[in-house]
Amino acid sequence: MTDRQAPVNLLWLQSGGCGGCSMSLLCAEGPDLLTALHSAGIRLLWHPSLSEAGDRDLLDLLQSILDGDTRLDLLCLEGAVVQGPNGSGLFHRMAGSDRPMRDWIKDLAGRAGQVIAVGSCAAYGGITAGGGNPAEACGLQFDGDEAGGLLGAGFRGRGGQPVVNIAGCPTHPNWVIETLVQVALGDLGADQVDELGRPRSYADHLVHHGCPRNEYYEFKASAEKPSDLGCMMEHLGCLGTQAHADCNTRLWNGEGSCLRGGYACINCTAPRFEEPGHCFSQTPKVAGIPIGLPTDMPKAWFVALASLSKAATPARLRENATLDHIRVSPGNKARNKGGGNGGGR
Amino acid sequence: MSEATAGRPSRLLVGPFNRVEGDLEVRLDIADGQVIAARVVAPLYRGFEQMLQGRDPFDALVYVPRVCGICSVSQSVAAARALAAVMEVSPPPNGELATNLVLAAENVADHLTHFYLFFMPDFAREVYRDQPWYPAARERFRAIDGSAAGDALPARAEFLHLMGLLAGKWPHSLALQPGGTTRSVEVQEKARMLAILFSFRRFLERRLFGDTLENLVALDSAAALAGWRDRQPPAGGGDLRHFLRIADALGLDRLGRATDRFVSYGAYPVNQRPLFAQGVWADGPSPLDPGAIAEDLSHAWMAHRQTPKHPFDGVTLPDAAAEHGYSWCKAPRLAGQVVEVGALARQVVDGHPLIRELVGQGGGNVRNRVLARLLEVALTVIAMEQWVRALRPKEPFCAQGRMPDDGQGCGLVEAARGSLGHWLTVKRGRILNYQIVAPTTWNFSPRDSRGTPGALEQALTGAPLRPGEHNPVAVQHIVRSFDPCMVCTVH
Repeated sequence: MTDRQAPVNLLWLQSGGCGGCSMSLLCAEGPDLLTALHSAGIRLLWHPSLSEAGDRDLLDLLQSILDGDTRLDLLCLEGAVVQGPNGSGLFHRMAGSDRPMRDWIKDLAGRAGQVIAVGSCAAYGGITAGGGNPAEACGLQFDGDEAGGLLGAGFRGRGGQPVVNIAGCPTHPNWVIETLVQVALGDLGADQVDELGRPRSYADHLVHHGCPRNEYYEFKASAEKPSDLGCMMEHLGCLGTQAHADCNTRLWNGEGSCLRGGYACINCTAPRFEEPGHCFSQTPKVAGIPIGLPTDMPKAWFVALASLSKAATPARLRENATLDHIRVSPGNKARNKGGGNGGGR
Repeated sequence: MSEATAGRPSRLLVGPFNRVEGDLEVRLDIADGQVIAARVVAPLYRGFEQMLQGRDPFDALVYVPRVCGICSVSQSVAAARALAAVMEVSPPPNGELATNLVLAAENVADHLTHFYLFFMPDFAREVYRDQPWYPAARERFRAIDGSAAGDALPARAEFLHLMGLLAGKWPHSLALQPGGTTRSVEVQEKARMLAILFSFRRFLERRLFGDTLENLVALDSAAALAGWRDRQPPAGGGDLRHFLRIADALGLDRLGRATDRFVSYGAYPVNQRPLFAQGVWADGPSPLDPGAIAEDLSHAWMAHRQTPKHPFDGVTLPDAAAEHGYSWCKAPRLAGQVVEVGALARQVVDGHPLIRELVGQGGGNVRNRVLARLLEVALTVIAMEQWVRALRPKEPFCAQGRMPDDGQGCGLVEAARGSLGHWLTVKRGRILNYQIVAPTTWNFSPRDSRGTPGALEQALTGAPLRPGEHNPVAVQHIVRSFDPCMVCTVH
């Protein structure tokens, strides 16, 4: 931390969500969360899982922010804004107060240097807005993929920027930490977020990048059931070729990702991922061809390449694709083909 | 009546609570310097049970982990078991072991998070500054900058690498399926998991227990515990001894007693026999009848509240204007009675001799709940090492099955905070009804139609207030001793 500079004050609130982005954040490593925040001069005014103060002390802190006595630099919201029932906001009343949480969030956002939505719920509504949206949930500045939300499309923080949407369900700890540090350093300009408000640091990538099943994808050797090793795009609903995130190049909990865990990407960084219009674990198809094709790929080319690569699938991949462990190892040309491989021994 | 002479009771509204998962408010009636009645309010409703109606049954595996970011795997396992019951499929041995490992990783990590981040920082509060033990407690456990958080966070993060290996990520994995898990384990990954577990064991033995896990779980009586507490090993006594001394100084074994009726659904089956037994304990054991569970809506902000209903018949229709309602939480009862769930319940039902004796002496209380949780960390990590060794690479992890058009099934699981159940009805290939009763729904329920308060409401009665306190620290200890998860409670 640079001691001479004033600390960057961070307030973290939760509303209509599960707290999972905070739990994920506590998994930060190299360095851990508290060290990382300290390094950037970020001071936690309050976080629900970490801070000592609660009750009236918290309400007093919020009031002093509203009164302008405490400077609020970063306001993070985790969880969707809850507007129900019937627009009253009573599905989430701030404990210890008579006001809907929605109203606290709106007032505090008006005092914040930069407002940050942590997770797809706070960004777009997310899972809390699924299934008919009984809680009348929305995001801070989006309702699904439509600009607006609680704060309205024209909202800007004191720093002049709209809400940054660190979308994901949950968020990777380093998506959050790096975004906070970028804001603290003044490095998160308008060109650093995409049209859905997501930091381009991770949203310029696709989950497909670095997927360990890429070879199965290339040869259209597909998994058919849970625990199969093959590509999950054709049958099991995987959206990794469309999903904006770097999950397979920046791994989770050490060595993991959804694909590495053996299950489909559900595109959780996208608005309305919670309502794909079909069962999450099945790929919808027309005439045997998946409806959702890889991002930026012309359909005719995809169909042509897929049928070509299917015809060329090595027996190794065809067999392993529907098994839960590798049975056929990659061949060793030098041994299998003796001197006929051009290498010679 | 003594209340009449003591003057009118005053009201105290406590909240927002922090260092609990989700939103919580407690309304207290105070007289003569103590709590005489408590009402526990869950102020957030999202409506997962409504969202799930009409969906493909497998969509539950995407939705329910997102009920809660700290009990995510528990929710997944409950859903997988409910689906498995409908499909009549059961996991192969590897699938059972891998599910146990993933669930145990979450439960142990949650116990650690509770102790270091949620519960212990209350002893570093200014209100205790005159206590002789305060300086050491403050140095070690103070929120955010105490030395313990700096030790525990990296240990927890490394331990959760088990999730990266076995479940892809945590929270919100789709690896947990009705037939087992999607991630088969290779022989070199067994080695890796054993190394992770060894590293975590070393953290526990050096920092938390100041002793081996085996010595800790062998403590079999209150006298053995007291003797152990007073032995200070040269390498440092560890944080559990630290807690036990504070607990003694503050009389935490006399604080926060609830109903002393405990329930466990049974945890971690291996060859379908649980590591921790299923049952009910109330001065003695009795079998659990899940058919006797019913949710009472008389004091919830819910419509359709005529009679308590079994979860298969449960209805969730919120009504913010419901008469006598004061919480979004329903009131589950077992055969009409309030029960307490959690690590203490699991260990007393399973019959750990130390816990049986302590519960016999002082029932469920703040000290016993916290101790049982840490004892369970040791018991579980020892079991995890055995489960990893029992995995058989190259053999299946996931059985396959078919979802029938119609069916009904329930999934029961022990989450970190206690007994979690999902009740699923499938009709014409779609979810007709989905009901969730979570651990903190049991512990933090409102009153029922007979006016009987829920477990926390009972535990708070009698809690002392220090002069001038508007945020009574005794109430904080009692509430957090349950390790509440409010996002699960209402969902």
